[in-house]
Amino acid sequence: MTTKHTDHLLISQVSIDFPTPQGPFRALDKVDLRIEKGEFVSIIGHSGCGKSTVLNIVAGLYQATEGGVILDGREVNEPGPERAVVFQNHSLLPWLTAYENVELAVKQVFKGKKSKAEMREWIEHNLTLVHMDHAMHKRPDEISGGMKQRVGIARALAMQPQVLLLDEPFGALDALTRAHLQDSMMEIQATLGNTVIMITHDVDEAVLLSDRIVMMSNGPAASVGDIVQVNLPRPRNRVAMAESVEYMRCRKAVLSFLYERHGRKTVSVSVEDEEVQPARDNIVTLKPSTAKAA
Amino acid sequence: MNTKQLFQTLVAPFLGILLFLAIWQIGAPKIVTSLGAVPGPVQVFEQFTGLIDEHQAARQKEVEFYQRQEERNATALAEDPNAEVSIRPYTGKATFFDQIVTSIVTVMTGFVLAGFIAIPLGIVAGLSQTVYAALNPLIQLFKPVSPLAWLPIVTMIVSAVYVSDDPTFDKSFINSALTVLLCCLWPTIINTTVGVANISKDLQNVSKVLRLSWWTHVRKIVLPSAIPMIFTGLRLSLGIAWMVLIAAEMLAQNPGLGKFVWDEFQNGSSNSLGRIMVAVIVIGLIGFALDRGMLLLQRQVSWDKSAALR
Ligand SMILES: Nc1ncnc2c1ncn2[C@@H]1O[C@H](COP(=O)(O)OP(=O)(O)O)[C@@H](O)[C@H]1O
Ligand SMILES: [Mg+2]
Repeated sequence: MTTKHTDHLLISQVSIDFPTPQGPFRALDKVDLRIEKGEFVSIIGHSGCGKSTVLNIVAGLYQATEGGVILDGREVNEPGPERAVVFQNHSLLPWLTAYENVELAVKQVFKGKKSKAEMREWIEHNLTLVHMDHAMHKRPDEISGGMKQRVGIARALAMQPQVLLLDEPFGALDALTRAHLQDSMMEIQATLGNTVIMITHDVDEAVLLSDRIVMMSNGPAASVGDIVQVNLPRPRNRVAMAESVEYMRCRKAVLSFLYERHGRKTVSVSVEDEEVQPARDNIVTLKPSTAKAA
Repeated sequence: MNTKQLFQTLVAPFLGILLFLAIWQIGAPKIVTSLGAVPGPVQVFEQFTGLIDEHQAARQKEVEFYQRQEERNATALAEDPNAEVSIRPYTGKATFFDQIVTSIVTVMTGFVLAGFIAIPLGIVAGLSQTVYAALNPLIQLFKPVSPLAWLPIVTMIVSAVYVSDDPTFDKSFINSALTVLLCCLWPTIINTTVGVANISKDLQNVSKVLRLSWWTHVRKIVLPSAIPMIFTGLRLSLGIAWMVLIAAEMLAQNPGLGKFVWDEFQNGSSNSLGRIMVAVIVIGLIGFALDRGMLLLQRQVSWDKSAALR
C-alpha cells in the first residue's frame, strides 16, 4: 500500500464524560488517532471499553467533552452523510424495501446532482456491489440477517462517504455469512478505496481486513492501548493467510494485548479458533467465575 | 381448523349468546315496572320491526309531501306562468334510523376533527421535550374531566360565537361534535406522543446521519413507527367518543340515539322499554362496528400486515 502522509482524519485528544446519577463518568480519556485516506483501521477491545463511543464521536452523534475530530481540515461537530455509519443491527427502515432504504439515502445526498435515472442506476449499482441485486424489492423482514447487513452497507456506500464507519457490522452473523461479507468488504474496499473504521471483537476479522489494528485499553477512561500494523499484501486470501508468518504475528500481538496485558489471563493464546469473548461489561471487578486463570 | 378451534371460534360464542337470550327471556317477565313487564328478546325484536315500519311510513309521508307540493306548484304554474312557487322542506319527526345516522355523522365529525388536532400535536410533543413539558400539565388536568362537564361550557360558547342567520349546521350538532372532539383529544395525543417518543434510537441515528429534514424525518421515520400507537389512541378515543355522545345527546336533548332513548323514557308507553332496549343493542353494535372499521383502516395504512391486530 502506498501511504501518503496526510492527515485525512484526525482524532485528537478526545475525552468524553457521560452524565450519570453518580456524577460524570469518563468513558474515554485522550484518545489519539491519525488515519490516512483509504486506510482500513479496526478498533478492537473488550466489550464496554468505549469502541462504539469513539465511532459515535467520529460520526458526530456524540460530542466529545474535550478534544475533537478533524476530517480533511474541518472539525466534525454534527452527523452527516460524508461519515456514513453501518450500525450493528442493520438499522434499516422496516417499512421500506432494500431498494427504498438505499433510495432514501441517495435522494438525500444527490438531490439536484443526479437525475432520476442516474439515481436509480446508482442505487442498483450499490446493491449489486453487495450482491443484493436479486432481492432489491424485498423488505427487511423478508431477508436474512446477512442480507440486511449487506443492504446497510450498500446504503452507507451509496452516500459516497469520505469515511465509512462500521460498528461490529458482522457481529450478529454466523461464521459462514460473516466470511462472505468480509470478502465482499475487501472487494469493495479494493475497488472504492474508502477510508474505513471498523469496530470488531473478532481477532481474525481484524487481521484479515485491516491495515492497522487499534487496540483499546479497558474502561473507564479508556484510551488507545497499542496499534498493530498489518503488513500483509492485498488482495488477501483467508486460507492462504492462515499460514503466513505475518498473519500469526499480528494475531498473537492482538491476543496477547487483550488477554495478557488486561487482567484477563488465559491458559494459552495459540489455541485454534480462539475467539475474543466480549467481557460482560466494563466493570473492573473480576468475579471468580470469569477468571479462567490457572 | 381442528375441532377445538372450531368450538372456540364458532360454537362457544354462539352458545354464549344463546345462554344470554335464554336467561333474558325467562327472567324479564318476572320484573314488572310501571311500564309493564320488562320485555324479553322476542318482544324487543317485535319493537325493532315496529321501528322499521315507522321509518318506512315516515319516508312514504315525506315522498307524498313533496309530491303534493309539486302537483300544487304545477297547477299554479299552468294557470299563471308567473306564479311564485316554492317547495317547503319536510319537517316530520326524526325516526329511529334518522337518529342513528345523526349520531354516526356527529361522532365521526368530532372524531376526525380531533384526529387532525391530536395527531400533529402528539407528534410535536413526542419529538420535542419542551413542547411535551408545556403540554403535559394541560393534558393531565383535562384528561380526567368527564366530557359531559364540558357540555354546558361548549353550549354557552357556541351560542355566543356561532351566530348566523342561515346556519349551515345546527347548533345542537356543533355542541355534540365539539363535546366528542374534546374527549377524543386526550387518548390520541397521549398515545401518539408515547409512540413518537419511543422511536428506536438506531432509526433516529440513521435520520441524523442522513441529515433528513424535519418534514422528511416525520414522514419517513416518525409516522410509520408511530402508526400502531396512533391507532391505539384513535381507537380508545372513538370508543370513548361513542359512549360520551350518547350521554351528551340525552343530557342536552341534541338529536341522535341518546335523544331517542330519552324521548322514549319520557314517553312512558308500554312500548318504551322494548324500544330503549333496541336502541341499547344498536348502540352496542355500532360501537363494535366503529372499532372494527378502525382496525380495517389500521390494516390499510400499516406497513406491517402481519402484526397482530386486535
Ligand atoms: N449514552 C451514554 N450514557 C452513559 N454512558 C454511556 C453512554 N454510551 C456509552 N456509555 C458507557 O460508556 C462505556 C463505553 O460504551 P461503548 O462505547 O458502548 O462500549 P463498546 O462499544 O466498546 O462495547 C460503557 O461503560 C457505557 O456504559
Ligand atoms: Mg459497542
